[in-house]
Amino acid sequence: MDAEFAADLQAVALTLKLAFVVTGLLLALGTPLAWWLAHTRSRWKAPLAAVIALPLVLPPTVLGFYLLMLMGPHGWVGEATQALGIGLLPFSFAGLVVASMLYSMPFVVQPLQTAFEAVGARPLEAAATLRAGPWDRFAHVALPLARRGAITAAVLGFAHTVGEFGVVLMIGGNIPGATRVISTQLYNHVEALEYPAAHRLAALLLVFSFAVLLGVYRLGPRGAAVASPTADGAPRP
Amino acid sequence: MIEATLRLPRGAFTLDVALALPARGVSALFGPSGCGKTTLLRCLAGLERAPGGRVVVDGQTWQDDAANLFVPTHRRAVGVVFQEASLFEHLDVRANVEFGWKRLAPSQRRVSVDDAIAWTGIEPLLQRSTAGLSGGERQRVAIARALAVSPRVLLMDEPLAALDAARKAEILPAIERLNELSGITIVYVSHAISEVARLADHVVLMDAGKALAAGAVGDLLSRLDLPLPPGEDAGVVLRGEVGALDAPWHMARLDVPGASFWTRDPGLPVGHRIRLRVLARDVSLSLVEQPGSSIVNQIPATVDAIADDAHPSQVLVRVRTHGGSGEDTSALLARVTRRSAQALALAPGLGVWAMVKSVALLD
Repeated sequence: MDAEFAADLQAVALTLKLAFVVTGLLLALGTPLAWWLAHTRSRWKAPLAAVIALPLVLPPTVLGFYLLMLMGPHGWVGEATQALGIGLLPFSFAGLVVASMLYSMPFVVQPLQTAFEAVGARPLEAAATLRAGPWDRFAHVALPLARRGAITAAVLGFAHTVGEFGVVLMIGGNIPGATRVISTQLYNHVEALEYPAAHRLAALLLVFSFAVLLGVYRLGPRGAAVASPTADGAPRP
Repeated sequence: MIEATLRLPRGAFTLDVALALPARGVSALFGPSGCGKTTLLRCLAGLERAPGGRVVVDGQTWQDDAANLFVPTHRRAVGVVFQEASLFEHLDVRANVEFGWKRLAPSQRRVSVDDAIAWTGIEPLLQRSTAGLSGGERQRVAIARALAVSPRVLLMDEPLAALDAARKAEILPAIERLNELSGITIVYVSHAISEVARLADHVVLMDAGKALAAGAVGDLLSRLDLPLPPGEDAGVVLRGEVGALDAPWHMARLDVPGASFWTRDPGLPVGHRIRLRVLARDVSLSLVEQPGSSIVNQIPATVDAIADDAHPSQVLVRVRTHGGSGEDTSALLARVTRRSAQALALAPGLGVWAMVKSVALLD
């Protein structure tokens, strides 16, 4: 029982670590991507948006399978990582991060893109006439005005990463401490007919997911404004 | 001087202008909707780029494509007030006003935040969020915000167009005083001749992307050879001062070059500078003085030119008042029926009396 509980805790800790790392990387990568999608008139906009949205409709196993091929010893990515001395990504935490990023990307990019589109060009033009350069406009006008989308993106990206299973199983396997997350640990419990333990993890995920969604829906346009920082980063009086 | 040579195809028309505006006072870019005024303003601000163009403001070159120079908007000493206030919704009123000011080097801050706030009368709004402001209040905050960046030129793109009549009446006086108080040159885009008559010192008349004519507001609005809005809005703008008061009757005499008008006392002291608008529909012509008339403002003048009005039954007649000496005259427009013009044998050079039924004091 104690050993089983310790294994559960290890899975929870790994899941949280994975979700934080993936969310952080996705915000860093997804923000410029969403900005570009919101403002470009390039003919590559539609194809790229479609690629980003693929995980929404594909079975995770399909994505996981192709990633396994790509990152395996004979895939392009696998050959590249080996040549760089990183080794192979599948069945490692790094591989899990890469796969999770692709899988959760639409949940981060789409809310951000919608928010940037809603801000529109005019506030940025006004800021330009008020001596704000491009980065200044982005940081102090576009981002604060799009903050609701940014918060939604972070929360959904985090929650979706916590809850994934198929891709993890394909890419990560089920290695304790390295790639065994809550959902795979839950799977192990069920396979072993340890239903009380399975209940514990399942209920945890259920409550967590509900709380996250409740938070997102509570975060109405008005609700988000209450806790908004000013352009200086100082709290609103 | 504000000099701009710009050429930019725009769907229905091609903006094609060579402008030279005085770098003082209020210049109006005046013309019908969709004539390129806003595009021109955006080019001056650097929000759009007309390839091959040139923009020089007060000796500073903002665009000279011949030398491959284009100063981006945020490095131009320009202030812009858009048709919609476009306030930053995530900031309160004070933070909006301070937004640009904070980004200036201290040595560039010629207008203080307090000045900008005082000139626009927004002290009571400072702690408010932008969400609860009325349209007129929002626009005043937008003006204060633009002033606080100490612009060499303040560009205003139909700032009243989105407001109802009551809000316009509230904000127009504030804009009127702005140039006087701040000394900042204003370029004001409008399709409303009433705003132009009230605010502008210098007018550029635009149509279909071209600048048709430019000149002092008094000269330009009295011209008959331009496609100025005919009909109800035709009229002249005159400048002068309060000449005398008739306190018992609550009347004041407003003196302009070559003419005086008695009107109800506006409560201004003698010597106060004023601007008058006399609409063509309020002026009729008579060959003789009419002592038995309730019209007190009967002004001797000479017919200068006659042109068609909007309706075929009417003509616009420009007359020059008889100044005391030499050049000291003003032009008036009178709208009369074609039949009357024929009956009176109106022709250039004919002496007439302009019967002025009412004048509007603009400031």
